[in-house]
Amino acid sequence: MTTKNFFKTPSSQTFLIIVLLLLIAPLFLSVFRINLLGKFIAYAILAIGIDLIWGYTGILSLGHGVFFGLGAYAMGMYLKMEAAHGKLPDFMSWSGLENLPTVWAPFSNPLSLALIVLVPALLAFIIGYLTFRNRIRGVYFSILSQALSLIFVVFFIGQQAYTGGTNGLTGFRTMFGMPLATDNTKYILYYAAIFLLVLVYLYCHFLVKHRLGKILVAIRDGENRVRFSGYDPAVYKIFVYVSSAVIAGIAGAIFVPQVGIISPAEMGIIPSIEMVIWVAIGGRGTLIGAVIGAILVNGLKSGISESFPEVWSYFLGLTFVIVVIFMPEGLVGLVKKYASKITCPIKKRKATEKASSVN
Amino acid sequence: MGTILEINNLIISFDGFRALNGVTTKVEKGEIRFFIGPNGAGKTTLLDAICGRIRPQQGSIIFDGDKNIMHYPEHKLVNIGIGRKFQVPSVFTSLSVYENMEVSVVNDRSIMASLFQPITKAQKEKIDDILDLVDLKDYCDKKAADLSHGQKQWLEIAMLLVQDLQLILLDEPVAGMGRKETIKTGELLKSIAHHCTVIVVEHDMEFVRDYASKVTVMHEGRILDEGSVSQVQNNPKVIDVYLGRGGGNCA
Amino acid sequence: MDTYLLQIFNGISVSSIFMLAALGLAITFGLMKIINMAHGEFIMIGAYAAYMVQNFFSQYLPASFFNFYFFAAIPASFLLAGVLGWILERLVIRHLYGRSLDSLLATWGVSLILQQLARSIFGAPNVDVKSPDWLNGAFLVHPGLQLPYKRLFIMLMVIACMVVIYYLMYRSNYGRKIRAVMQNRAMAASLGINTRRIDAYTFAFGSGLAGIAGCALTLLGSIGPTLGTNYIVDTFMVVVLGGVGSLWGTIAGGFLIGTGNTTLEFLTDATLGKVLVFTLVILFLQWRPKGLFTIHSRSLDE
Repeated sequence: MTTKNFFKTPSSQTFLIIVLLLLIAPLFLSVFRINLLGKFIAYAILAIGIDLIWGYTGILSLGHGVFFGLGAYAMGMYLKMEAAHGKLPDFMSWSGLENLPTVWAPFSNPLSLALIVLVPALLAFIIGYLTFRNRIRGVYFSILSQALSLIFVVFFIGQQAYTGGTNGLTGFRTMFGMPLATDNTKYILYYAAIFLLVLVYLYCHFLVKHRLGKILVAIRDGENRVRFSGYDPAVYKIFVYVSSAVIAGIAGAIFVPQVGIISPAEMGIIPSIEMVIWVAIGGRGTLIGAVIGAILVNGLKSGISESFPEVWSYFLGLTFVIVVIFMPEGLVGLVKKYASKITCPIKKRKATEKASSVN
Repeated sequence: MGTILEINNLIISFDGFRALNGVTTKVEKGEIRFFIGPNGAGKTTLLDAICGRIRPQQGSIIFDGDKNIMHYPEHKLVNIGIGRKFQVPSVFTSLSVYENMEVSVVNDRSIMASLFQPITKAQKEKIDDILDLVDLKDYCDKKAADLSHGQKQWLEIAMLLVQDLQLILLDEPVAGMGRKETIKTGELLKSIAHHCTVIVVEHDMEFVRDYASKVTVMHEGRILDEGSVSQVQNNPKVIDVYLGRGGGNCA
Repeated sequence: MDTYLLQIFNGISVSSIFMLAALGLAITFGLMKIINMAHGEFIMIGAYAAYMVQNFFSQYLPASFFNFYFFAAIPASFLLAGVLGWILERLVIRHLYGRSLDSLLATWGVSLILQQLARSIFGAPNVDVKSPDWLNGAFLVHPGLQLPYKRLFIMLMVIACMVVIYYLMYRSNYGRKIRAVMQNRAMAASLGINTRRIDAYTFAFGSGLAGIAGCALTLLGSIGPTLGTNYIVDTFMVVVLGGVGSLWGTIAGGFLIGTGNTTLEFLTDATLGKVLVFTLVILFLQWRPKGLFTIHSRSLDE
């Protein structure tokens, strides 16, 4: 795939426009809004990962909050250690711990940040290996993945002394020595988030544009036929699940320093399923749909729920029902349908282009 | 010529019901072997057992002289040269016809290969040739979901052909097809048989008469008779099984 | 030992409630391949129905009647949850046949709406339902082991419901039709069974069962708009363990999870117990990927 081809597809062009808009956004928005937007970008990264596994491969994971949370906690633990300046982090002494637990020990070293991706990858590998290899799929997998997120929330709340319990980790001060509260750091983090978004998008674009992407879609369409085409779907599913978990971990890691807190509430059942909503509304099976969905839904959420929190639940619930039933391809599908109506005369040429951009 | 598939005393039961009750048969290389019999005779179960979807309780299935394939997972079977077509057309509906073929044609099916090894020119030509054979050349860019029923069946056969198999298992390839399409499928079978063995489960007796090189008649999990079409047609036991069930055409 | 026995007893009584809810879920999945994430909200609806009946009795009827309100609450919970289930089937579910994963998502949207509705009507804080006097107290097995009447009553109620379900599913004409549609929808339809109507009634019936489960839960603690979410995952695990669509499996699964949960929590602690149960379920599925009881199918791509 050459760079020339990359910019040819409408979805990549749209992505480019979004990135450009995000890059110049600090010129127009207050630092508060930029910080908020940075959070949405973290969500967009997460959404791309979910789209990879759900939109393309057809595996509905309702436990991605766990991977997001694990990445976020890894980052949070590092920041916490940095804030503690070699002493015991505050919440541990409140819970009566006297020595630093072994799981925390590595986090005084910046190298421990590798755990942001390693821990989600390992967990996804184990879960994926145990389920996909045994052909646990469809709703069975979804329910198990949901139980996973329940278990992790219970576990993190239960181990107060090690995880900060319900309150989670907060009270970070600096990151690599930069004070988190200053505008300057906030801008740096914002641009770092954009950078990661582009990186993750390119990675997934790379995956889905090659034959691997076709095989993923094939697994979604008919897993048995894939087996009888000589592929072991479990290997591909584990690969996608691990990729997607790593992406979620990265999203969690860039989320934490911008928002300043990570708690079990971010990894539970409800946030996990909300992440799927973003992708559904934006348009599953298109990377750009995931990005648009995540930013749009969260933008609306902070807009509406700030002033009418009650309306938000109704709105979200209703939107979801309507989108799933009547617009399974989401906003991107709607735009495509509309666009093909306008460009009827040159449809033939466009159609081939679109066919390649679908994936 | 030699034996490609050897089935010995195969027994399969579900919850006490014996679906296969001691089936023994040999398939020679280059044959077009038909398995026929009334509903519930165990034909599809036999195919399922050969391709690893069902674990037999007893017996053995030997492929290509020395491989006992009973515990092979499906994808491994394909890699040693056994392919299967399902009764209901089963193609990747959201992919285009060409992409369906592209996924099937490769030999290295690892993740790395599917990211870094593009389709070779030889493979491209092979796809084109086979699509030509099944008359789908003009539908390359069409989504498989938009094909007609018969075209989907052919696409599935084409996907098998492009895989370089030694043995192809077809489950009712002409079910739901009109006469014209059936004839075309039959011709396709003949050209397939030039370079690989075909096992077909079929209900359409006319189709069996026209294209079978050898027929195995099954009844209640056992083999009733085996031989050429005319030979089995004159076997009184076979006639009894079919006529006793209400007419020769419902086979 | 006595504490353990009491724990087990409590565990079984709670899991018997799950069983009831899970049976509704198992029937609807077996029949329509729909996973209803809003099923937990029907538990919540049943609980609020009991709350409303209780309020009605204490406000409009003489005090001497109050002790019997629960006998009115059970059918009221069933009916309210059932009717709302029927409406949900008509409005949403019938668009989702053949799309299991989508049904899971859409019904989650429904559950958001129902929760918010409960919050708007009854307020966000939990409310208490006062148990009838005759259920306070306990059955004395021997000193040191007392089985609360409430929990005994719940178990009896669940057993009664199961007997009714058994008769309905395996002894009645309606049940025969349901099982026919479960096994082969196309064939049942061509034999003149109105499958759509069977679907709607069954969905309503399953929701009604969840309603009764909610009614039973009011005896064990206060209720709130998020009552359903707290129980839905456990309910799903019961169904997965038992084998989706299998009634006997659901009962066995409920029993196993209930006793397993309490035993492991007794041996370790509450959080570790839950983690262990989940791990055990996954390990169990290694051995039987489709749960305890499976329905054999000849379809190639289920």
